[in-house]
Amino acid sequence: MKKQFERPYIKKIRAGIPSKFGMSVHNEPVTHIDNNPVPELIKQFGSPLFVISEKTLRETYAIEKRAFQTRYPRIQLAWSYKTNYLDAVCRVFHQEGSWAEVVSGFEYDKALGNNVPGSQIIFNGPYKTEEELRKAIGNDSFIHIDHFDELYAIISIAQNSDKKPKVAIRVNMDTGVYPMWDRFGFNYENGEAWDALNRISLDNNLELVGLHTHIGTYMLSTDAYKTAMTKLADLAARVEKKHNKSLKYIDIGGGFASGNTLKGAYYQGRDIVPGFDEYAEAITSALINSELNPSKLPLLILETGRALVDDAGFLLGTVIANKRLSDGRRSTIVDTGVNILFTSFWYEHEIHPAKSTSDHLEETTLYGPLCMNIDVIREAVAFPLLRKGDNFVIKRVGAYNMTQWMQFITYRPNIVLIDMEGKAHLVREAENLDSVRGNERIPDHLK
Amino acid sequence: MKLKRNIAVSESGFLFDPTGGESYSLNEIGLEIFNLIRDRKTADEISSQITSEYDVARDDFEKYYFDFVGMLRQYKLLEDEE
Ligand SMILES: Cc1ncc(COP(=O)(O)O)c(C=O)c1O
Repeated sequence: MKKQFERPYIKKIRAGIPSKFGMSVHNEPVTHIDNNPVPELIKQFGSPLFVISEKTLRETYAIEKRAFQTRYPRIQLAWSYKTNYLDAVCRVFHQEGSWAEVVSGFEYDKALGNNVPGSQIIFNGPYKTEEELRKAIGNDSFIHIDHFDELYAIISIAQNSDKKPKVAIRVNMDTGVYPMWDRFGFNYENGEAWDALNRISLDNNLELVGLHTHIGTYMLSTDAYKTAMTKLADLAARVEKKHNKSLKYIDIGGGFASGNTLKGAYYQGRDIVPGFDEYAEAITSALINSELNPSKLPLLILETGRALVDDAGFLLGTVIANKRLSDGRRSTIVDTGVNILFTSFWYEHEIHPAKSTSDHLEETTLYGPLCMNIDVIREAVAFPLLRKGDNFVIKRVGAYNMTQWMQFITYRPNIVLIDMEGKAHLVREAENLDSVRGNERIPDHLK
Repeated sequence: MKLKRNIAVSESGFLFDPTGGESYSLNEIGLEIFNLIRDRKTADEISSQITSEYDVARDDFEKYYFDFVGMLRQYKLLEDEE
C-alpha cells in the first residue's frame, strides 16, 4: 500500500525575529516558583531539579471541577496514576476528593498505599493478572474490562467467589479523530461492545456498573468528546431498555490537552488548547441530551491526566556550556537531558531564563548532557544568551515525566513539592550509586 | 534547478541556510523532495518517485511540487538559474 501523502512544506523558523509590530519577542524570566527563588532551590536541592507547585495542583483541580459541576449534577474525578504517581501528588488529588485510576498491579498497590479505599479504585488496562483481578474483586474495585479473554477470566473467578465483581467495559469508537484508538476495549461500531454488554448483563454473578472510554490524549477537538459521549449514552440507554438496568456511571476517560506546544505545531499550545469549560460543555450536553432516563442519570467520571498536572511541574536546570556547530549554529549544553524530560520527544517545551536577560535572542539548539545523539531538548529555540552556570526553568513538565523518565547514564534528580505556604519539601530523593546498583547481583566467579 | 551549496539539513527536516542565517523546518515529504532536488533529479523523476511511493496523482502532485519549489525560491535557497 502507498504511503499517505501530505503537502510538502518548508517553514521559516521565526525564532527571535522582531514581530511585525516592531517588538522583540522577549523571553520573560521565571525567577521564582511560588515565592522560592530559583537559584536558592537549586542551591539547596541541586540541579537539575523537579519542582511541583501544590497551589497550582489544587487550583487546576478546582477549575476543572467547577467547569463540570456547574453543568452536570453528579461528577467524580479519578486521578490517572500513570500521569504522575508520585505519592505526594496523588495525595493532593485524593485530598481534593479524587478517586484513583490505575492500569497495573503496581499502580493498584500504590493507590492502596495512599489510603484510597478499594471501592474508589478504577482498574483499567489490557493486562491484569488473575491474582490482581481477585484482589480488585475482593476490594470492591471497579474493573474495566478490555477484551473477551479478560471477561471470561472474571466470569470464572466470580463463579467460585462470594463477591460479585463490579465491572464496566472499555469501549473504543470512531470519534472523527484519526488515527482511531481501537486497540483498547470493545468496538462500538461493529457491535462488539453491545455483545459484551449483553453477555455481562445475562450473568448473575457479575454486576454491570458502567461504561468507559478513553479516546486519545492531547485531544484538541471537543467535538470528539461529544461524539464519544453520545455513543456511550446510546449504549447505556439500550442497556436500560433491554435489561431494565440503569448504569451507575459513564467514565469518559482523560485526554484533555495541556498548554504545551506539540512539535511542529504552528500555533502555541496555550493559544489553541480548549479550556475545561469547553470540554465540559461538549461532554455534559451530549449526556443531558441523550435518551437516558433523566431521573436516573449516571455519575460522570473523568480520568483527566495531563491537563490537571502539567502546569504544576517545573524542571530547573543549569547551562553547562555553549558551543558553535560546524555550520555556525549556536548550541547550548544543559544538564536536563531527555532521560528525565521524556516529553521533549513530543513537545517544544517552553524554556525561560531564571534571571532577566537582554532582549537579544539567538537561535539555539539545546542539547542535554548525555553522550547520545538523541539528547536534544529543543532543536531550534530563540534563546537568550545564557552563560555557563546560569539557571533556567522549563515549564509544564508535570505530566508523564516523573513516571516515564529513565535511569540512563546518570541519576534521576530530587523532586520537591512547594506547599500552600510556599515551603519546599523533598518528596523524592535523587538516586545514587547504591540505589541504582541495589538490585544487581554479581555471580561468584566475577567477584 | 540547483540548491545553494552550503545548506545544512538534518534527518529530522531541520534546515539551516548559513548565507541568510535563517532556519527552516521541512515536513517528511518536503525533506524527501529537498533531498531529491539536491541529488539533481529532474522534476519528472521526482514526480515519478513520489507518486510511486505516496498515494497521490501525478498532476495533483505537480501542483504541490511547484508550490514547494516556489517557496524554496522565495527563501533564496536556490542558485540563480543560468
Ligand atoms: C485509561 C486512561 N485514562 C486516563 C488517562 C490520562 O490521559 P491524559 O493524560 O491524556 O488526560 C490515560 C492515559 O493514557 C489512560 O490510558
